[in-house]
Amino acid sequence: MRRLGERQHGFGTAILDASLPVPEGLVDPDGDPSPRRFAVYRNNVVVGMVETLAAAYPVVRRLVGEEFFDAMAAHYARSEPPASPMLFDYGKGFPAFLSRFEPLADLPYVVDIARIERAWVEAYNAAEASPLSSDEMARIDLGRIGAVCMSVHPSLRIVRSRFPALTIWASNVDGATPAPVDLDAGGEDTLVLRIEAEVELRQLPPGGAGFLASLMRGASIAAAAEESFLADAEFDLDRTLAGLIDADAFTGWSYHLANKHNDGH
Amino acid sequence: MPDESQGQRPVTVPARGGVGLKAQHYRTILDTRPDIGFFEVHAENYMGAGGPPHRYLTAVRERYPLSLHGVGLSIGADRPLDRNHLDRLAALIDRYEPGLFSEHLAWSSHDSGYLDDLLPVPYTDETLGRVCDHIDEIQEALGRQMLLENPSTYLAFTESTYAEIDFIAEVVRRTGCGLLLDVNNVFVASTNQLWDPVQYIERYPLPHVREIHLGGHTPEQDEKGRPLLIDTHDRPVEDVVWHLYAHAVELIGPIATLIEWDADVPEWDRLHAEAVQAEAVMAACCREVWPDAAAG
Repeated sequence: MRRLGERQHGFGTAILDASLPVPEGLVDPDGDPSPRRFAVYRNNVVVGMVETLAAAYPVVRRLVGEEFFDAMAAHYARSEPPASPMLFDYGKGFPAFLSRFEPLADLPYVVDIARIERAWVEAYNAAEASPLSSDEMARIDLGRIGAVCMSVHPSLRIVRSRFPALTIWASNVDGATPAPVDLDAGGEDTLVLRIEAEVELRQLPPGGAGFLASLMRGASIAAAAEESFLADAEFDLDRTLAGLIDADAFTGWSYHLANKHNDGH
Repeated sequence: MPDESQGQRPVTVPARGGVGLKAQHYRTILDTRPDIGFFEVHAENYMGAGGPPHRYLTAVRERYPLSLHGVGLSIGADRPLDRNHLDRLAALIDRYEPGLFSEHLAWSSHDSGYLDDLLPVPYTDETLGRVCDHIDEIQEALGRQMLLENPSTYLAFTESTYAEIDFIAEVVRRTGCGLLLDVNNVFVASTNQLWDPVQYIERYPLPHVREIHLGGHTPEQDEKGRPLLIDTHDRPVEDVVWHLYAHAVELIGPIATLIEWDADVPEWDRLHAEAVQAEAVMAACCREVWPDAAAG
């Protein structure tokens, strides 16, 4: 007789779908059915997921209001519960859910704020790595710089937006005073990085997001720059590279053709 | 990650008061080095690849004994254990060398994903077999004894054929696992199920208890107006739970005792005071038998 699996399937399904009746055989001390007691589990599971999402998406919550956020998060949580008990990583699909969430259609920039907050969480928990030192950088033969491939820090994330997303984010984080933002002021691409203990966000220059994305796919500096010039006439290679180096975005380099990784020798 | 002075750090969790390590207290703990028996962390909160949680836990671990408390293994589930999760636990144990590792008599894994709660199991022969198989698998994979924690429950299953204590005693007998006695859970479950909490403590397999948990709970009511206590860990330990704890300590002797305060977490001093109170209870209860307990 294998009843445990069926019991748990029914129990869990009824927790996530409050429209289902309370499973049979769950009773109070008199042996009577008790929906109120089962509701404790329903509530614990959903409230737990909503609180986890609220902690991961505080700026989205501030932008849409707590009540609206919590209802929206409960909706998401029931449709996409965590895949694992590692709740610090829960909510990866939340930005995509928001982009499909009809009541948010009038606030499309909120999706990009959610993507920034997700990038923040991922950067926070990403693996450690030492940024490239200036000594290691100095070993690059400037005559061959076009053939150099860069490896980026494991915490690095890029969030592109057609809205001034970073400005909106920065003026709505805890402690900030929200100020009016001109939504037509132009898009902002955000670089998210955590080298030491703090997650840092900075705005990428024009074409910078595409350049970095090319480097991350393994393109050489010359190839990535060429793509970026074609995509955005304002792209400035020197300025972009200097900014990325200043941000400690890189952890290593190698010559593309020689395919030999710089290991410090 | 720097991992210097390995082997210097204290391994054994002492018979003292400890608290759950919370992110909001990291700095205070490292800056003020409070006198406290040990810290406990939820294993799942430290399974990221890197970042501040590991940096702080590494620093705290250099100075204090650690107890590792899992919430996501889903030991009571019918489905197989998640081997990846077990591997992550093994890696965490290698890295931080906790003196104790504990998990729950509960389940959380479901077809739809992870259900973020400690869900109850029916006490049947079938469940007993699954739980024992899972604990054997865990103790083998981790190469150490685990402690099983008694649950807070809000309802009962009509198919149960064991009393909770008999079920737990049989798990201990078959697997050789140790026990974590959560005294707040004893009080919560006893109230909700109309059991006698004092008898629960007295009938529990006390020689196998290696750690005690204390925490706060929230009083509600069921549809018949009976008290329904919820295990919320969002407030101080109730007096009635302190009394029950004193009774347990009289029977067991001084033992590693953790304060669980996981929501509405107070300032460090308030939390620390709960651990100090646990040590005062241990000292008072055990004075005649262990004259040096108060000093040591």
